[in-house]
Amino acid sequence: MPKHQIDPNNWIKLYSDYLFNYTITRVSDREIAKDLVSETFLAGLKSMANFKGEASERTWLISILKRKVIDHYRKINSNKGKAEVRMHYNNDTDDEGDWLEERVADPFDKTAEDTLVNSELGDAIYDCLAKLPEKQAEVFKMKTILGYDTETICNELNITPSNLWVIIHRARTALADCMEKNWF
Amino acid sequence: MKKSFLFISCEEAKHICDKSQYGESTGWERLKLGIRIMWCKFTKIYSKNNNKLTDAMEKAEVKCLKSEERKKLQKNFEEELTKHQ
Repeated sequence: MPKHQIDPNNWIKLYSDYLFNYTITRVSDREIAKDLVSETFLAGLKSMANFKGEASERTWLISILKRKVIDHYRKINSNKGKAEVRMHYNNDTDDEGDWLEERVADPFDKTAEDTLVNSELGDAIYDCLAKLPEKQAEVFKMKTILGYDTETICNELNITPSNLWVIIHRARTALADCMEKNWF
Repeated sequence: MKKSFLFISCEEAKHICDKSQYGESTGWERLKLGIRIMWCKFTKIYSKNNNKLTDAMEKAEVKCLKSEERKKLQKNFEEELTKHQ
């Protein structure tokens, strides 16, 4: 008997944020990340028969997503010529660096190790978030990850500010405990 | 000066600590929390763990879908799912 069962009815609820986070750290574009996640779910649906149950649903979906990300970069590379046309040569100053790319501060001054650690930390956070009750996870994500203000969340979820802070408190306590066991 | 004016309960301290993580506490509240942390080890531990969680969230730079984006994704997916069932 397979270790894991497949149930696409819960995919969006359980895995959409995890897959989105995985994708956006690799493609750095919200719209492209959303498209790739959507394509991944649809591809998963079409190839459900191939799910052997040896890995978890999430691992299986990530393996599909990885191929989607690779395909995305292959597609971009095939349009490399078009990208080069958009680069502008700068010659109005004697500052170092003529190409625009050389003149922009490099925001990616992290080492590969930093990136790997942050990616693993993100996975650990999502593993802990998955253990929270749905409502707590939703409120926590809206407040902490999306940065919505209290009033917006209360209006959207039809809760009072007191309710919100109680939910946030419970979510933070549970997450801190979980992270303490799994990461810190 | 009334004692309750400056000294707060553990629950209130935790609430202020939570609000502080989102920059929503006032200076006066942070002062009262600071005083509580000096003598209450439970508040101190809670505050330390809470700050660690905030640091981890900032460091990991995790992202998630907005509610409307997830709803749209769910709608499109359900349409496809119906075709498969």
